[in-house]
Amino acid sequence: MSTPTQPTREYLAAPVHKDGAVAWLRKNLFSSWFNSVLTVLTMLALLYTIPPLIKWAFIDSVWNTSAEVCRDIDGACWSIIPRNIKFILLGFFPEGQEWRPILAMILLLGLVIYSKERHRWKKALLWYWLVGLIVMGTLMYGGVFGMPVVETGQWSGLPLTMMLSFFGMVCAYPLGVVLALGRRSKMPAIRTLCVVYIEMIRGVPLISLLFMSSIMFPLFLPDGMTIDKVLRAQVAIILFTAAYIAEVVRGGLQAMPKGQYEAADSLGLNYRQTMRLIILPQALKIVIPPTVGILLSAFKDTSLVVIIALYDVLKTTKVTLQNPNWTGYSTEAYIFLAVLYFIFCYAMSSYSRRLERELHTGH
Amino acid sequence: MTMDKNTAAYCSDPTAPPIIEIRNMHKWYGDFHVLSDINLKVKRCEKIVICGPSGSGKSTMIRCINRLEEHQQGQIIVNGTELTRDIKNIETVRAEVGMVFQHFNLFPHLTIMENLTLGPIWVRKTPKKQAEEAAMMYLEKVHIAEQAHKFPGQLSGGQQQRVAIARSLCMAPEVMLFDEPTSALDPEMIKEVLDVMVDLASEGMTMLVVTHEMGFAEKVADRVIFMDDGQIVEENTPHEFFRNPQHERSKLFLSQIL
Ligand SMILES: Nc1ncnc2c1ncn2[C@@H]1O[C@H](COP(=O)(O)OP(=O)(O)O)[C@@H](O)[C@H]1O
Ligand SMILES: [Mg+2]
Repeated sequence: MSTPTQPTREYLAAPVHKDGAVAWLRKNLFSSWFNSVLTVLTMLALLYTIPPLIKWAFIDSVWNTSAEVCRDIDGACWSIIPRNIKFILLGFFPEGQEWRPILAMILLLGLVIYSKERHRWKKALLWYWLVGLIVMGTLMYGGVFGMPVVETGQWSGLPLTMMLSFFGMVCAYPLGVVLALGRRSKMPAIRTLCVVYIEMIRGVPLISLLFMSSIMFPLFLPDGMTIDKVLRAQVAIILFTAAYIAEVVRGGLQAMPKGQYEAADSLGLNYRQTMRLIILPQALKIVIPPTVGILLSAFKDTSLVVIIALYDVLKTTKVTLQNPNWTGYSTEAYIFLAVLYFIFCYAMSSYSRRLERELHTGH
Repeated sequence: MTMDKNTAAYCSDPTAPPIIEIRNMHKWYGDFHVLSDINLKVKRCEKIVICGPSGSGKSTMIRCINRLEEHQQGQIIVNGTELTRDIKNIETVRAEVGMVFQHFNLFPHLTIMENLTLGPIWVRKTPKKQAEEAAMMYLEKVHIAEQAHKFPGQLSGGQQQRVAIARSLCMAPEVMLFDEPTSALDPEMIKEVLDVMVDLASEGMTMLVVTHEMGFAEKVADRVIFMDDGQIVEENTPHEFFRNPQHERSKLFLSQIL
């Protein structure tokens, strides 16, 4: 070694491990006195809850047995789900016709999944949907091709939940956008109308809207005329959700810089073109996160239709629990429902995050 | 200006009416008299530079020309169309008048190509393919053709402003308005934008430019208009205006910026 300035290992300070488990723990869990205490407390809490939970849910549990077997065990009685799955998911749909709502649900999910890709957002997609909706409606209602008629009052369980929430969202969204534009309109009459509508709806809980739609609304109809109960609930959900969407979209519209309007104006674009091509694509994109929040609550709020005696998937579960054989197993049943709701909600929010990523163009 | 017009004959046609005519125009913001008694005639192919202190009403005046702002008194006639409340007239004028803003105002959710073809396709009803070919030609003109499929957020300020100029040109406007097109740019990018504007001027475009770039004014302008306090205070050739300003206020202003 002819170069004395070159440091040898002995001169270097003991290396601080920048990575490795210990360093990670120190940095993230024990970085301060307070964090260390929190970490220890959390660990203890987990230690006391997780193992018993696992024991209950997976070790001592049964998965597909009769209710009698469940009485003799300490663990979870998951059997309540498979043994009642038909009623929980499909409710009162007539015996022997179960394939119809199942097929309709598969079709709906299939179309939704197909529509996820933005490159498929073309005119043809609208036609697929139109055909799909007609097929779904026919499957559910029947009356042709030898399928017996199933009145909407018998539609229940998951198909009802999916339908109310899906059409609720799909119709409420454009209506909300129109309301938001109306609220910012230069024409006082339109503006006032939209403000009154939005504020009135937002001042009332969904449950009372549903109630009004089922109890009060028919009073105003001429004798002998009835409007389907499911349809009324559907309309109430749409009207309700739209008001909230409108306010979120209005926020997005207000966030648009004036320069965008001016650039569009100076090209000679008219109002509709400006909104459709310039303003809305940007404004709707920035409000994706709060919009998804509203859509998620709309999805979950469909369970409120029980108050007008519709049997969504939450209600069919409750009815199952009223069966004396299965009364004691509400925890298991509700965990199942929670997982079901979670799957839908998680799919929606992760899709929205993907959409946001894909639509991001700038820096 | 359209490319196929015979530029020299078009510009010097003695019978042609002024392309912009502003008569006794006043504008208020509430009680604030922002423009008073503006009179201005712009001939075909004329290049006018507008300068003046900040807040003197330069932007407001040129924004009245394509009705981004509404005037309350007097007349503004652009290429034979008078600006009134009539929305059809306004849209006609806007399609004839291009505008370049200080902050570019490109549409960030559209590619450069889409930014350029939007107006031609939706306003002029040009077929898409043709609009894209024209757009490509203008992008080449502003030396940015290779960026056609990027988004505005991926370009530098100078590049964005050149795209903005090309976007206006795609509408084949009769007049181009520029509102401080280089004031938001870093110094090293100013030149690339001014060069494009100089080229445009040499091709016979009618231009109204609000700018404090005196070099540009000297090189390109037929007339300099000095505004202060909502009025046109002085009008002269750039040579005279810069060397021999007539009014106290112009002298003061020039002493501050030169
Ligand atoms: N929307 C507006 N409302 C009220 N006052 C305005 C508005 N826009 C501009 N002004 C005022 O009008 C005057 C002229 O503004 P502007 O035309 O932007 O000046 P310049 O472009 O010469 O700097 C300024 O005093 C400005 O504060
Ligand atoms: Mg200005």
